[in-house]
Amino acid sequence: MTLLITHRLDARGLACPMPIVKSAQAIAGLVSGELLEVLATDPGSTKDFAAWARATGHELVEQSTPDDGVYRFVLRRK
Amino acid sequence: MSQPLAISLFSGTDDKLNAAAVLVAGAAALGRPVHVFLQYWALDAFRSDRIEADHGLAPEAGHEGRAAVDRLRSNGQASWAETLRQAKTIGAVDIEACSLSMDLLELDPSDLDPLVDGVEGVAAFWMQADDGQVVFI
Repeated sequence: MTLLITHRLDARGLACPMPIVKSAQAIAGLVSGELLEVLATDPGSTKDFAAWARATGHELVEQSTPDDGVYRFVLRRK
Repeated sequence: MSQPLAISLFSGTDDKLNAAAVLVAGAAALGRPVHVFLQYWALDAFRSDRIEADHGLAPEAGHEGRAAVDRLRSNGQASWAETLRQAKTIGAVDIEACSLSMDLLELDPSDLDPLVDGVEGVAAFWMQADDGQVVFI
């Protein structure tokens, strides 16, 4: 099933904690159930997004680490 | 995850202020209320006429540390003040000036950057800290 991603955030090049801070700002503008895709290069982001999703209740639907060093996350707003 | 976090922020160098700002922003993102108490040299750094100035680094940074910090900044890393501003947009972040430090530095509330929400004494700080964690930086 293809996910319908309606919102995107480019957090590449941002140092910790800005990928999470910008994601928190972005997801606040979504309605429940909508998807946000985030691209980040911060090496801490894999553990950070997992922790953030667990703490906030937003669902981490997908995460991938392509070879080019860009981490991709898809979150569903709770 | 709503356990409150209290930070007694004492240090006035940019590296320690940034470390504190990162902790604040992370806690705010996780939904934890954050209460920051500005004491001594940290409070001085929040003066509106010098908040964006260079506040130096802790002595252990040395020349290599200075170069490393400068490299991150030139790559676009947000200043600690900007990180705190962003943190306030995503969570409950209350930043209060220590009243003793206000006297020490002969400051008036109008001398402080708008990031500072008010002035309080130590009893108010501990009351707000409640049973949550307290961090000293």
